[in-house]
Amino acid sequence: MANYSTNEFRSGLKVMMDGDPCSIVENEFVKPGKGQAFSRVRMRNLKTGRVWDRTFKSGESLEGADVMDRDMQYLYTDGEYWHFMEPDTFEQHQADAKVVSDTAKWLREQDTVVVTLYNGAPLSVAAPNHVELEIVDTDPGLKGDTAQGGTKPATLSTGAVVKVPLFLNIGETIKVDTRTGEYLSRA
Amino acid sequence: MAHWQPTATLETLHHRAKTLAQIRQFFEVRDVLEVDVPVLSKTGVTDLHIDCLQTQVGGVIQYLQSSPEYFMKRLLASGSGSIYSLGKAFRDGELGRRHYPEFTMLEWYRTSWDECQLIEEVTLLLRELGLDCDTETLMYGDIFEQITGLNPYTVPLAQLQQKASSIADGDFSNESRSTCLDLIFSLSVEPQLPDGLVFIRNYPACQAALARLDKDETGNTIARRFEAFLNGVELANGYYELIDPVEQKSRFVADLALRQAEGKPAMSVDTQLLAAMDSGLPRCAGVALGVDRLLMQLLDIGDISHVMPFGHVGNSCE
Repeated sequence: MANYSTNEFRSGLKVMMDGDPCSIVENEFVKPGKGQAFSRVRMRNLKTGRVWDRTFKSGESLEGADVMDRDMQYLYTDGEYWHFMEPDTFEQHQADAKVVSDTAKWLREQDTVVVTLYNGAPLSVAAPNHVELEIVDTDPGLKGDTAQGGTKPATLSTGAVVKVPLFLNIGETIKVDTRTGEYLSRA
Repeated sequence: MAHWQPTATLETLHHRAKTLAQIRQFFEVRDVLEVDVPVLSKTGVTDLHIDCLQTQVGGVIQYLQSSPEYFMKRLLASGSGSIYSLGKAFRDGELGRRHYPEFTMLEWYRTSWDECQLIEEVTLLLRELGLDCDTETLMYGDIFEQITGLNPYTVPLAQLQQKASSIADGDFSNESRSTCLDLIFSLSVEPQLPDGLVFIRNYPACQAALARLDKDETGNTIARRFEAFLNGVELANGYYELIDPVEQKSRFVADLALRQAEGKPAMSVDTQLLAAMDSGLPRCAGVALGVDRLLMQLLDIGDISHVMPFGHVGNSCE
């Protein structure tokens, strides 16, 4: 991979830091008028998710990381691995629970998700921002109670549990924001 | 379609124009002569941390000046008396929310003054330009020690490197005293400076730049250099000027050795400045003030390109 100098650090650039692939979140140029220039860089470790600040002398460089985001179709899980397929090449990738982590509860078979590959292997999986899922379990709906603000827990087909308005019933499909886990509307 | 609009609002540009006019008026009533010295010169500066932009004039390499200082000192040596310059300065590689490769610098020199008298005048000017805030003067050593627990003049280098490494979350164990001081000051001290206008005096000797050296009350060797910070942002840098040509030459030579060690291009020494100093630079104090940074503070604008008519270079406005 190419090396990138601090003046090429842009948000989104993927670099290697202490052996882990990281993404540049922010790069601030700091320089006393007569003094040494620095780059104060906020980085995200793509393996652990940890975000931290590190300061470099301007002109220092880091090796690029072989990290890329790919749209893939989620196929199924065998309990140990989650399987994804690249739609154009039909190439399949498997990811373990560590890689899929919390995203697992939003994965519906056939849905398209973003799989981040590091050196060709899945590093993380991101669900679409909005998903439509069926309610498989919840307390019976209260007819006519559409105006009240009350909520109740509902279990969705993927296993996720979200708070939904009281009037919804088993079998209905709802739209959820996966970033917040919040109910948005009936689908 | 190409993006052609200015990066500053018309209102900001009106304020900018008014500020420039007020600055000129301030010096006119004080009988300080405006000098519009050249921007192009055969020599740049030897400073390790200032990279001059270069161009060619008739096939000959010339440098866009990073400050009007050397020309102004030649005028001072010729007997000009107190002078000021309000114009563009250029520095390669400096781009960020508070940095721009071409910027407007106000620089002035007061003959027979020292830096303490000049600090008074900087304060007066800023008040006249509409700045209404508290002012205080702190010693570099005091504020540095208060915030970091280290005496910047006497702390062993290894301890300074350790502190810098921990602040940067990186490896500064091979860095110079000056680089470590820059890092610690920029990242730890600056953000904790009091609000308002703060002058810092008595810089460590390794950061003297063009200031004369002296001893403070406790016997530390210090540079008669000051900086002005406005709400934690560096605004101006001034000296009780070094006037000794021999010392000046040895600082240039030391700069060149540092440049070589860092693999930076060599720069020729400005022999015309040295000759002027040989013939006699009067005792004086000088200061350079970033006008764009001042406008950012006066107008509460966070990005330097938004106080300039066109600040399109780089990434801050695209």
